[in-house]
Amino acid sequence: MTAPAPAAVAASPERFPHRDLLGIEGLTAEQIGYLLDKSDSYVAQNRQVDKRSALLRGRTLVNLFFESSTRTRTSFELAGKRLGADVINMSAEGSSIKKGETLIDTAMTLNAMHPDVLVVRHQESGAVSLLAQKVSCAVINAGDGSHEHPTQALLDAVTIRRRKGRLRGLVVAICGDILHSRVARSNIHLLNIMGARVRVIAPPTLLPTAASQLGVEVFHDMRKGLAGCDIVMMLRLQSERMQGSFVPSISEYFHFYGLDTEKLAYAKPDAMVMHPGPMNRGVEIDTEIADDISRSAIAEQVEMGVAVRMAVLDALSARLPNFAPAAH
Amino acid sequence: MNAPLAFINARLLDPASGMDVKGGSLLVVDGRIAAVGGDVRPAKGADVIDCGGHCLAPGLVDMRAFLGEPGFEEKETLATAGLSAAAGGVTTLVSQPQTDPVMDEPALIGFMAERARQTCAVNVVSMAAITKGLRGQEMTEMGLLAEAGAVAFTDGVRAVADAQVMRRALSYATGWNLLVVQHAEEPSLAKGGAMNSGEVASRLGLKGIPAAAEVIMVERDVRLAEMTGGRYHAACLSTGEAIAAMRRAKERGIKATCGVAAHHFALNENEIGEYRTFAKVTPPLRSESDRAAVVEGLASGVVDVIVSDHSPQDQESKRLPFPAAEFGIAGLQTLLPLTLELVHGGHIKLLDLLAKLTVNPARLLGLDAGTLAKGAPADLVVFDLDTPWKISEAGLRSKSKNTPFDGRPVQGKVLRTVVGGETVFAAA
Repeated sequence: MTAPAPAAVAASPERFPHRDLLGIEGLTAEQIGYLLDKSDSYVAQNRQVDKRSALLRGRTLVNLFFESSTRTRTSFELAGKRLGADVINMSAEGSSIKKGETLIDTAMTLNAMHPDVLVVRHQESGAVSLLAQKVSCAVINAGDGSHEHPTQALLDAVTIRRRKGRLRGLVVAICGDILHSRVARSNIHLLNIMGARVRVIAPPTLLPTAASQLGVEVFHDMRKGLAGCDIVMMLRLQSERMQGSFVPSISEYFHFYGLDTEKLAYAKPDAMVMHPGPMNRGVEIDTEIADDISRSAIAEQVEMGVAVRMAVLDALSARLPNFAPAAH
Repeated sequence: MNAPLAFINARLLDPASGMDVKGGSLLVVDGRIAAVGGDVRPAKGADVIDCGGHCLAPGLVDMRAFLGEPGFEEKETLATAGLSAAAGGVTTLVSQPQTDPVMDEPALIGFMAERARQTCAVNVVSMAAITKGLRGQEMTEMGLLAEAGAVAFTDGVRAVADAQVMRRALSYATGWNLLVVQHAEEPSLAKGGAMNSGEVASRLGLKGIPAAAEVIMVERDVRLAEMTGGRYHAACLSTGEAIAAMRRAKERGIKATCGVAAHHFALNENEIGEYRTFAKVTPPLRSESDRAAVVEGLASGVVDVIVSDHSPQDQESKRLPFPAAEFGIAGLQTLLPLTLELVHGGHIKLLDLLAKLTVNPARLLGLDAGTLAKGAPADLVVFDLDTPWKISEAGLRSKSKNTPFDGRPVQGKVLRTVVGGETVFAAA
């Protein structure tokens, strides 16, 4: 027997009039709010013994990952299965992509198999939207180069909203490798659309050109940047960027930009710490903070990830190919 | 503490405030300037030093000096460099990172400071390397080096050749408002060169270093400075074209400054004569028109700083065929008299020149030095502006005596040098 699911927000093509989710930029506050509300209801569903529903029964979801990922791929896989879809995982390793097939050819081939949803991660910015132009199913961007990672920003927003009750007016500091981060870009867009105040904290070499024109306040001094913050979002720093090209060394980076208790003390006393994972303990974040459940929302972010991806699939389901209202 | 010290009957020269007062006094208490001016009376019990009407100015801040330690003690030590600096009126030496080991780790900056405190008569601060091992590839821990006391960043007499590396260094440095100092010479054009490109090099059969090597690097770097907002300083320019590029950069509001070495306004390429290796220096001595342009750059204010570019070289490094000999001039003791030649020649006003040896480098490096302001450290030089004398190699206190100025008649002599209220040099 299935426990009654919480009153779900019905999928509405009017409230989310998109075939794909390629990025946060371009969404409205209402559309984002709709996805966040839906996510909340899926959080409740995911805490039940039976986490399944039949919304996507018979549908095929393909996880197409050109760049390796464990967390995001698993999260989409769970989300798809819990909604009743068949889920196929494809990675670049061992596929024809490695044999030199172009992205567009891969897209055409897959499209001929009539998938309903393609979840795509690619190392090049813009690759996911190029692929979306060539297929007739829904496409979800699971991260493209340094461009966007919309479901990460949505899950961060759900996490914040559940802890703080709102997004509007909050001061959010995003710290670390902004230059290469799709997580940062998606979060900057989402938080700006939802009325939060966004700061970025980074050494100048890890900031994009004209960063301030993205609607953020720029800080190089972490203590100043953290002063009075409600939310501290740490970003992962890739090791190949720490050897002197962008940052001189791990020790210098941690000294000036690693989050430790001393620096966190500049933020508000109830400031929440977030990290998209996987963490480099001792590089961008001190273990003591990462493991402090009163400060850190890192585990919660992962939980929200599944709910948000279910919510996105749900919202897109209204426009899936050959859509007919499912007979539940 | 020590008894107060009073300098009386002095022509007080303070470029920082524009003060030029005859018959003035300066009072030192606990190593710092307690009072200065035309109407200051020596405190009771003060030790009185009568300056005899001579000039009293802030001690010189030499922004570019290679000091031998660690690793090149056969050429120079902090002790011998300190003696030479004191005799030259230099009270703060800015050490260059071209040492062995290279100054690219925070702990080494502390080591230098401690070693200098123990053995050097004058103040020593260090510039640290821009790139690890001066290899021009990966930037050093600039933030930690600055916290350890590095006052600026340079790869010494190596240019940072890779534009992306230089761009990132300038950009990264803005996080701490640090100064990046370049040896402005495009290395691929300068490679293997021994002297200025031109007629003299052609006659001597020596491979030349074209003026364009300097101009190209300055023009590239100021664009990188503009793009990043970084603070850029060309260590010592030698060509009129590079100085013109610097003037244009300043007019556009780019944070770019430059220095020149005394030998570049005191000598031209003809000094090389019959392969005199003491006149082999980097950047090389240039044409007479370039030399005149350096003087003009000083007069117009485009050139901010005068340095000794002190590069001690032992005999084994200089007694070689010209192409094989090392670059460098030992310049600490000739810095002030050569600079004063420009005053006596009527080119530039005394205070304007002194600014380039005191307050300008101090401000660029953020040093508490280079001024006679009340409360500043009592780092002072007393000099006779007019007395004629001849530079002699034998009079150099540096461990290496590689000077092309031996026998040159000059005007203006250091009488006394004071560091933190202590006399470290007094003329016999």
